Amino acid sequence: MDLIANLGMGFDTAFTLTNLFYCLIGVFLGTAIGVLPGLGPTATIAMLLPVTFNLPPVASLIMLAGIYYGSQYGGSTTAILVNLPGEAASVVTSLDGYQMARNGQAGKALAAAAIGSFFAGTVSTVLIALFAPPLADIALKFGPAEYFSLMVLGLVVAVVLAHGSLLHAIGMVILGLLFGLIGTDVNSGVARFTFDTPQLADGVSFVVIAMGMFGLGEIISNIEHESTRSVMVKKIEGLMPTKEDLKRIAAPILRGTALGSALGILPGSGNILGAFAAYSLEKKISKHKDQFGKGAIEGVAAPESANNAGAQTSFIPMLTLGIPSNPVMALMIGAMILQGIQPGPSVITEQPQLFWGIIASMWIGNLFLIILNLPMIGLWVRMILVPYPLLFPAILAFCCIGVFSLNNSDFDVYLIAISGVLGYIFSKLKCEPAPLLLGFILGPLMEEYMRRALVLSRGDATVFITRPISATMLTLSAIALVVVLAPAVRKQRDIALQE
Amino acid sequence: MKLKHVLLAFAAIVGASLSQADDFPNKPVTVVVPFAAGGPTDTVARLVAQAMSVNLKQTVLVENVGGAGGTVGAGRVARAPGDGYTLLLHHIGHSTAPSLYRKLSYDPVADFEPIGLITDVPMTFVARRDFQPKTMQELIAYVKANKDKVTYANAGIGSASHLCGMLFMTSIQTDLTTVPYKGTAPAMNDLLGSQVDFMCDQTTNTTSQIKGGKIKAYAVTTKTKVPSLPSLPTVDSTGLPGFEVAVWHGLYAPKGTPAAVVDRLAKALQAALQDPTVKQRFADLGTEPVALNRATPEALRSHLRHEIDKWSPIIKQAGIYAD
Repeated sequence: MDLIANLGMGFDTAFTLTNLFYCLIGVFLGTAIGVLPGLGPTATIAMLLPVTFNLPPVASLIMLAGIYYGSQYGGSTTAILVNLPGEAASVVTSLDGYQMARNGQAGKALAAAAIGSFFAGTVSTVLIALFAPPLADIALKFGPAEYFSLMVLGLVVAVVLAHGSLLHAIGMVILGLLFGLIGTDVNSGVARFTFDTPQLADGVSFVVIAMGMFGLGEIISNIEHESTRSVMVKKIEGLMPTKEDLKRIAAPILRGTALGSALGILPGSGNILGAFAAYSLEKKISKHKDQFGKGAIEGVAAPESANNAGAQTSFIPMLTLGIPSNPVMALMIGAMILQGIQPGPSVITEQPQLFWGIIASMWIGNLFLIILNLPMIGLWVRMILVPYPLLFPAILAFCCIGVFSLNNSDFDVYLIAISGVLGYIFSKLKCEPAPLLLGFILGPLMEEYMRRALVLSRGDATVFITRPISATMLTLSAIALVVVLAPAVRKQRDIALQE
Repeated sequence: MKLKHVLLAFAAIVGASLSQADDFPNKPVTVVVPFAAGGPTDTVARLVAQAMSVNLKQTVLVENVGGAGGTVGAGRVARAPGDGYTLLLHHIGHSTAPSLYRKLSYDPVADFEPIGLITDVPMTFVARRDFQPKTMQELIAYVKANKDKVTYANAGIGSASHLCGMLFMTSIQTDLTTVPYKGTAPAMNDLLGSQVDFMCDQTTNTTSQIKGGKIKAYAVTTKTKVPSLPSLPTVDSTGLPGFEVAVWHGLYAPKGTPAAVVDRLAKALQAALQDPTVKQRFADLGTEPVALNRATPEALRSHLRHEIDKWSPIIKQAGIYAD
């Protein structure tokens, strides 16, 4: 069978001493930059591009790939321990992960994330090996209309994310949409909310908003309550999940992997939607609904699996079509060109060793990651016991370095300071930042896809319901909306009747 | 007394710049690329920087300062000290920025010392695989006859694909529905998925898709045929005489950089363009280094002028602004 022969060639390539070494370096670096708040894979890979000049092509791509999925692992660590999501997808992990850490279950949360990620990584590696080319073709069937409907579905499903006041949540979504509008309009070239500042012409970076609102806001309010810290971080319970925990997370990991793999194939925002969708699904069907938002282990395992599965499957469009689905993939393509490899549909046939070698190295890399990370959990957990006067300035410094490295711009450092203050104000007002981030990410994408679909259909709005994939997704959104809203409507009616 | 101070200061500056030129470069040189890492311009910059560092015997770093169609990065270099340690590698967008941006914070001509041209990346007319026209002539006829049906994709306002499309529509005197994307990748994605009809983009982005048979290709936009795509005729020879667009790349220093330093950098650039690896990688990308007599300050200066004069009436007529 071809597949076995191909995978055999892949493992042959990946198992050479050089390639194993660079795989290890990649995942180790990835974990490290993922853990350091602010530093992300994009900046790191950009900095390492000159180094890859002098490496063999396969080794350098294996290393860069390792940095990417390694950082997805590491990113969840900071999201859980200090509520600092460095990536869009870790926002969801921080919702319950950070609460678990505050309850003294940081170890369990980290282990759940690692186990989920490993499983998802293994499954999605097999998926890429088996179906990469056909999957890429399916992704191409998604036109602007389909993407728009997918975003609608994402936004509707995300309504579940909000806990607390519905009014606050809607207000935050709208504020997020407004932040997302900052920048040059793709269609007309008109600058919106930029106040003639060229640095705002391409909008505000997600990392700046996420780290400011979540991380810095949290730090400021923690300083305020310093005396209550001993209460906040309870005694650390067992580091590893119990048998019962494992039972609880098995199904969520499976569902998260499925959702994440499927959505990760779509260029653009699939990875983010995967994590959000996995969380919302678990929240809806879990037996422990009441624990969500307060430290539910399913709320960590599911989105982490989705996140990692999506990170792997997002290689599919890059490897099979030469189309980058996110900035990291664009860098991988740059690295290939620098090595003299033309990324594109011919890579599979002309560079089979490279293609299968990278795929095999992903599985090996995931194995390295779990070996690296599980024993480290005890060490990470102790990090939250570092005294505040040391921990906070360190986090602040890393945030600033990380944000600066995004675009070598000091402007972004001022922006993160501003969004930190906003984050503090929101936490005082009991407004959750998660809906804001969702509006921030999905809003501009929805606008872009909707307008593009309408341009292509010459203003005919029926395009959203005449294209089958789009129609299916809008129908699903309608059903989800009814399911989500129905109990709330009923409850409110009950309350009204009681009065 | 005062005069003496001024003279002394002047002498000090001249002396400093002389000694600067003598042992230039004595620390790493930074090349600012005003676009994201991993893109075609970044790739060109990294290849050239690597080769230049061999000649200069100093590290040449690439720094990506993206934003606002390259104007953020160019503005930063315009304000950098004119000592030759901060350079700008920019493409055709340097000549269109003054027409597209009404509030530009710098002057692309007066605020820079040109060092030399690097490469002219050809562009290609490409279409979805199932698009009806088979040749460039058929494409022109089809587009004119079906102007209400055909859609043209571009990578955003001010991008090379946008400029090429504008020139094409001006040449055939037909207005088409333009679908803007945020960069080439999503536009190419929709072209591969047959969501949009055709576009004109750099060989850097289209060659592998053309060779993989995933899209249809009609012609190249340079005056001469492109060696890596031998089967494609030029647009010039297939119905639109005089039609020429190339994504040319140039290297600049901030104004006030001493002539000796500019010359030293131009020499390093020329050496880099003769480097076999650079030549090979450029060929892989469907382009080649410019002839050595064009990798000079004078050639870049006059080319920049010529391109500003070429594009500003087209952009003005289309009434397009990016701010």
